[in-house]
Amino acid sequence: MVTGIIGRKIGMTQIFDTDGTVHPATVIKAGPCIVVQAKTASADGYEAVQLGLVEERPAKVGKPLAGHYKKANVPPTRVRREVRLAAGGDAVTPGDRVLVSIFADGERVDVVGVGRGKGFQGVVKRHHFAGGAATHGSMFHRAPGSIGASSFPSRVVKGMRAAGRIGGGRITIRNLKVLRVDPQNHLLIVQGGIPGAPTGYVIVRKAVAAKKIKVAQVEKPKKGKK
Amino acid sequence: MSAIELVEKPQLTERPAMKSGDTVRVHVKVREGDKERIQIFEGVVIGMHRGGTRASFTVRKVSFGQGVERIFPLHSPTIQKVEVMRSAKVRRAKLYYLRDLKGKAARMKEGAREGKS
Repeated sequence: MVTGIIGRKIGMTQIFDTDGTVHPATVIKAGPCIVVQAKTASADGYEAVQLGLVEERPAKVGKPLAGHYKKANVPPTRVRREVRLAAGGDAVTPGDRVLVSIFADGERVDVVGVGRGKGFQGVVKRHHFAGGAATHGSMFHRAPGSIGASSFPSRVVKGMRAAGRIGGGRITIRNLKVLRVDPQNHLLIVQGGIPGAPTGYVIVRKAVAAKKIKVAQVEKPKKGKK
Repeated sequence: MSAIELVEKPQLTERPAMKSGDTVRVHVKVREGDKERIQIFEGVVIGMHRGGTRASFTVRKVSFGQGVERIFPLHSPTIQKVEVMRSAKVRRAKLYYLRDLKGKAARMKEGAREGKS
């Protein structure tokens, strides 16, 4: 059984519960995906599938990649990602379709994507340095301060936190709750935010370390107040 | 229709056309223990915040001399209904200036009925 799907972040909105609770929600257009390659324990050492995301616009691929898709006898896709297979379950062959219906309402999922790049940033933003006072004659504002002693050790110790690039890396958000699955429109609505900007590609997979789903405790009726 | 609209549409509820300056009665479902009853919050709409299911509106009233404001999600299922009692002619979208006024100064001119926006 395929444990994940490729999706595209659409944006955020909110979902009302019947009791009026508002849940922040991210809408993901997940799938339909097509299996491009099935990896087997005998040939590759592990069980996985390579999925391609079927989109409206057909992908333009070079000859080597075109051959890869031709082997599976599927049309080329712009995005390919690999997801693991759950042990036990039907064998997956290239050309199989993977739909958002692999998920159910209330299930826990992990979402993997590329976070927003923040560029080259100072130590206050990057490492949460406190910085100095803005006023009262202070001349020390957002600088890193001392980065070590002088003649000994005559160098900067490795791992010294400094300004540099942040963001733009692969981020996994674990244990997001599936609020709703819409197989008709290939939509998946998860609670909370996911990495990256809208239109970014993400992998949604079944939670690797699923947290238990909290059952709302029944509140004891308050006495007195009417 | 965009995917966001597809998700939001089933959640949208029928609400009367409200705007800033309207006096409204908001029927709110209140849970007390396992009982549910309707509480009415009546006041002046001092601002509307649009945006699909995320739309909200702020109602201000003066309760025992104390100004009270409540922000309601427009499409919240806890709001049973909203009645528009009166409309007033106002010249701005957000009536935050009412917070500094009280008594006679906080009155507003009647008018600006349906149709006229």
